[in-house]
Amino acid sequence: MEAIFKKLSALSATTILLILSAIFVVLFIYAKPAVSKYGIHFLVDPRWDVTVALNQNNTANNASNTKATDENVANNQDTVDNDNGINSDDSINTDDDMANSDDDAINSGPIGGDDSDVLAALGDNTQSKNTETIYGGLVPIVGTVLSTILAMFFAVPIAMGISIFLAEIAGPKLSKPVGMAIELLAAIPSIIYGMWGLFYFGPFISRIFGGSSVSLLVAGLVLGVMIIPFMSSLTRDSMNTTPDVLKESAYAMGATKFEVIKDVIFPYAKQGIIGSMILALGRALGETMAVAFVIGGVFTFPKTITDPTVSIPVVLANNFAESSGMSLSALFYLALVLFVLSFIVISFAKFYFLRDKK
Amino acid sequence: MRLVINKIVLFLSTLAAVLGLIFLFWILITLTVKGVAALNLHLFTNDLVNNGLRNLFVGQFILALIAVVLGVPIGMAAGIYLQEYSFNNKFASFIRNLSDVMMSAPSIVIGTFVYAVVVNPIGHMSGWAGAIALAILMLPIVVRTTDDMLGLVPKELREAGVAIGAPKYKVIFNIIIKAAKVGIMTGLLLAFARIIGETAPLLFTSGNSQYFTLNLNQEFPSLTVAIYNLATMPDKHLVEIAWAGAFILTVFVLIINLLGRYITKEKKR
Repeated sequence: MEAIFKKLSALSATTILLILSAIFVVLFIYAKPAVSKYGIHFLVDPRWDVTVALNQNNTANNASNTKATDENVANNQDTVDNDNGINSDDSINTDDDMANSDDDAINSGPIGGDDSDVLAALGDNTQSKNTETIYGGLVPIVGTVLSTILAMFFAVPIAMGISIFLAEIAGPKLSKPVGMAIELLAAIPSIIYGMWGLFYFGPFISRIFGGSSVSLLVAGLVLGVMIIPFMSSLTRDSMNTTPDVLKESAYAMGATKFEVIKDVIFPYAKQGIIGSMILALGRALGETMAVAFVIGGVFTFPKTITDPTVSIPVVLANNFAESSGMSLSALFYLALVLFVLSFIVISFAKFYFLRDKK
Repeated sequence: MRLVINKIVLFLSTLAAVLGLIFLFWILITLTVKGVAALNLHLFTNDLVNNGLRNLFVGQFILALIAVVLGVPIGMAAGIYLQEYSFNNKFASFIRNLSDVMMSAPSIVIGTFVYAVVVNPIGHMSGWAGAIALAILMLPIVVRTTDDMLGLVPKELREAGVAIGAPKYKVIFNIIIKAAKVGIMTGLLLAFARIIGETAPLLFTSGNSQYFTLNLNQEFPSLTVAIYNLATMPDKHLVEIAWAGAFILTVFVLIINLLGRYITKEKKR
């Protein structure tokens, strides 16, 4: 009985290892078609679900070669330029919304070109049999990174302010209820932040900064608001680990509160503070629901900060159920990228900054 | 000069705190105003197909409950292993770190994983897949809680148990777990609160259903997924229903959290 229970508990502990490695392996297996087709070039290709023709100098497995692919599209546009008048409008109408939104992706990408040209090129390509659909992940990857950076820029100062306020400025009568409120807010489901962003915060921001009410800016700010409670309660906890004796001796030498915070508390709690920021960053990176409402979900690079774009989790959330074949595989590739990215970020935080805690 | 800088910095950080709190309370207030305005008895007695929320509440609760049933035994056993059997060897600290990393893994990635291993082979979305996704999400939280709480139990209790000749599993079950009961219960409550508000892993695992169903082999009603779908509808009335659902969900999550805190406080006294 004893031996059985011991084995069982050891097995359960191993389950964690198994699940994590299974996630990696399974994602990789499902992403395999896309990985072998697009290779590492997937990460820098801004086109998603774009149909391009296969020229003779550009064969199917050649997509990993950037220049060849770009040339292919460029050539294609040139030929379309030449016989622009011949193209019928009917072929354009056969494209669904998806393709239409992707035209923008081409536009803002390095490929450039007129709207009409690209539309015509797309229409042209759907007619010819010798086409393939290209999936590239650069737009969602850039969207994810940009929205996370925005969120950090917004959240770090405010979260630091809150935690300094709670740890040093406010007396226990004020800091206890406020601290508890902040911790409770960290427990609110992220979908609530998303709804609030869609109906109240988005319109509010677009009134101030102009642009649409779903945009990269709104997404970044909603993410920021969402991680503020998480970040500030972690930061406050690590600030509170500073021994009172250290602070008191600094005060005794005539230091002001700011000097105590800057020269005593920060150096002492530095590792914990940076670690909690990276943890919050990891959370912002993988957040789906708060972003899905407010980022817009279109595959374009944001030209300005108030333009809508897309992020990896949002691509997954919006397109997963309807996908199959290569598009599904490309989605798994994106999921793999996200998983590896957040895995690296979080392990980095764990091993370099939060190691001493445990 | 030093004093002036001091004043400025303190003022700025207080300002930041006030600003942050304003945002957070703005959310709560809009949620309450919108949610309470849309609340009525009709929501609790009808299913989504008749513009009610009854099947969604039941569905979400069942999903989370099954996740608890699946995740808690494995998680607790793993926590017990880490604290009681591993003697803090390298493997144990490796698993501990791994579990912490897994706790912060993007929930949507867990959804894609479950889609790949459960939904795709079966061929359609099902309640089981959703529950499994939530259980995976919950697992590292349970491990961490059990591990931490068992670590707080004094060594003397273990020694006393072994001294009267009890086998180790009996010591663990009858003495150590009992001593750490309150802490573990609180941790489980908080883990439950965490997963019941999750949307992303359910989107393409359990899907959503308009009807009342208890059959976990079909697409299963889920409150959070429904809120996501309803909130993006053009119909004003459906958006109001989404607000009501969001309000009830938040209240539920906050009550569980407060309950957890209350239990911990009672224990400390």
